[in-house]
Amino acid sequence: MNFRLNEDQQQLQGTIARILATDRIQPRTRAVIDGKKAWDEETWQELIEFGLTGIVVPEENGGMGMSLIELALCAEELGRSAAAVPFLGHVLATIAIVEGGSAAQKAKYLPGLASGEMIGSVALTEGNDTWAPEDWQMKPDGDAISGRKRNVPHGEIAQLLVVGLEGGALGVIEVANGGVSCESFEPLDLTRPICSIDFDKAKVDLLENGPAAAVRMWDAALALLSADAYGGSWKITEMARDYVQVREAFGARLSEFQAIKHQMANVVVEVEPTRGLYWFAAYTFANMPEKATHAASLAKAQTAEVYDKVARMCTELHGGIGFTWEFDAHIYLKRAIFDLAWGGRPQRLFIRAAALTDW
Amino acid sequence: MDLSYSQEYEEYRAELQAFLKANWPLPESLGDLEERKEEFRRRATGAGYMNRAIPKEYGGSEQPLDFLKGEIIREEIKKHGAPTEEVHIGTGRVIPVLLAYGTQEQKDYWIPPTISREFMWSQGYSEPNAGSDLAALKTRAELVGDKWIINGQKIWSSGAHKYPYMVVLVRTEPEDVAPRHAGISYLLMDLRQPGVEIRPIKQISGEPEFNEVFFTNAEAPADAIVGGRGNGWNVSRMLLRYERAAFSGINWADSMIQRAVKTARATMRNGRPAIEDPNLRADLARLQARAMAMRYSAYRDMSMEAVGEPSGDYMLMQKLYLTEFLLKLDDITRDLLADDLMLLKPGEGADGLKGNAKWVDASLQTLKIRIAGGSSNIQRNIIGERALGLPRDQVGVNARKDRGAAQ
Repeated sequence: MNFRLNEDQQQLQGTIARILATDRIQPRTRAVIDGKKAWDEETWQELIEFGLTGIVVPEENGGMGMSLIELALCAEELGRSAAAVPFLGHVLATIAIVEGGSAAQKAKYLPGLASGEMIGSVALTEGNDTWAPEDWQMKPDGDAISGRKRNVPHGEIAQLLVVGLEGGALGVIEVANGGVSCESFEPLDLTRPICSIDFDKAKVDLLENGPAAAVRMWDAALALLSADAYGGSWKITEMARDYVQVREAFGARLSEFQAIKHQMANVVVEVEPTRGLYWFAAYTFANMPEKATHAASLAKAQTAEVYDKVARMCTELHGGIGFTWEFDAHIYLKRAIFDLAWGGRPQRLFIRAAALTDW
Repeated sequence: MDLSYSQEYEEYRAELQAFLKANWPLPESLGDLEERKEEFRRRATGAGYMNRAIPKEYGGSEQPLDFLKGEIIREEIKKHGAPTEEVHIGTGRVIPVLLAYGTQEQKDYWIPPTISREFMWSQGYSEPNAGSDLAALKTRAELVGDKWIINGQKIWSSGAHKYPYMVVLVRTEPEDVAPRHAGISYLLMDLRQPGVEIRPIKQISGEPEFNEVFFTNAEAPADAIVGGRGNGWNVSRMLLRYERAAFSGINWADSMIQRAVKTARATMRNGRPAIEDPNLRADLARLQARAMAMRYSAYRDMSMEAVGEPSGDYMLMQKLYLTEFLLKLDDITRDLLADDLMLLKPGEGADGLKGNAKWVDASLQTLKIRIAGGSSNIQRNIIGERALGLPRDQVGVNARKDRGAAQ
């Protein structure tokens, strides 16, 4: 009985935190924000070498066979660093196949995803808050699908897409087979660009256990977004703390004013307890699946609401500089907004969680 | 991480159920209800179900930290209707302080009767001019021969009108010692003596719970100070890290959510039970997320501390997080109460929904909790300074300097 990280988990988180250290990653993220690069391929390669893409893949399919706990610890660090990498879609596509694929499907798709040879993503919502498996309307016609999916993370570079279909079914599309086109709009969060994807008689491979895997994938998405939000919340909190310690006004550092100190305290007191929430969501996903949907819904909804709120407060604490493109606060503010909206808005997730109680 | 109720825990639960069946209710031949409750608690401690963090030599049951067992105990005792282990100042504050700072003689003398509730405690911290600025306290204790002679006044002491013992923060060192808190000591005393006068203060809820306590040459033995002269500030601010202290607030939060759900079921809105309103359900789920955040943050904190890993600053934040939780809960229940909110005890007479009186009281008590034990603004100072490394306020320090007073 304990609720702490074991030595391996601590080491894993420490290692990825070093890979994603601010002085290494910040210039790369900045290059993406400023439009010099479409995404941060260099960091993605380092993360692949570290093993990120194989963490939740079973050993027999070329992965490390670890749990969502380990993956969520990585998601926290990715959230802290704001690295512009296709993590979210890739690992969700991977999880969908791990949870829902037949032995043959796993053998076919997972090694390439685990090794990072292939980039995956997920095409789920059809717009207007259709994140839940029961909301998906797209239906296959024979072994082909047609229609539009929205908000596909890093959809432009994905080579494999897991698509949500009617009845919570899941299908795998290999982009190289054709019938897939991408329409991009300017996204708010440039570190995780989203696009709409049109399928035109694209060949689909239905996952054997689609509907069960769809719920698992959604729960995993919520737990990972919650971890991202926790890491990002702390980062922007630290940025604001560092700023108020050096910025002077009225002959004193901002941090010497109690009004500022109390605002910072209000921020951190909201942020720190959400770690327990994301840990528990990841823990239930790995070890108590019957509780995972409830825990993950609460964790994502709460943590994303907190991230959005504190990103706004911390941006405000920076004064005018916080509202400039050159300063990094907006990177986190926009990631907070992504975490809030992607995978389902908090109000809906809270209502979903309530439906799983005896209320 | 391992939170699984394995076989070991199921066996533990079965043993506990058997214990409860055999020991509660107890026959009336064992005394009146209070005496029987006390006997039950004594037996439960003997069996390892209560006072788990206190060593056996002082009358505790000295069990290793295990919050899953803690939860099982709480659940089963509640289900069985047996007396619960209540956290009071004696077990919640005085015993942990004695365990950390007390001499052998002090532990032997004070802890066992505090566990058995023979010694019940109140706290004498605040003074009329030393509330949030506690280090400004002026009550003095002078060592005269083999006794401390105490003069001064304390205020907001809950329970001092009914409990015989008090932990008092007193100034034992010279007035000009700097910083100011270095002159303060933590003293244990018996209030039942001629030099102590207690005047109850009526609260906004109409109940007397607070007191003013006046000391006029009151006495305490020379060995009544815990943790050494001038060390009372550190002693009184010791951060509590053990099951009961951390979880009493969290368990309470969980039970308050359950009660709010019950009220929302019984409250009709537009001809339907209020609990069917999706926005209300979402707000209740928001509270549940916060309660869950507290529980698993506390689990994490204690699991790490138990193996000597630094766990960060969550424990510093729990009080403020909990009081903010209560404020949000009040928002929900005040809306549910509607007209009933204007009565002190709705539902206890002809008008109002049965059970709503508790919410009226709770909405007042929330305010007390925000003020007592370090007000929310003091919590923000502590969190800002200790968790974020922000500087201490200079306003008060400079003002005292201008007056030439000790810092």
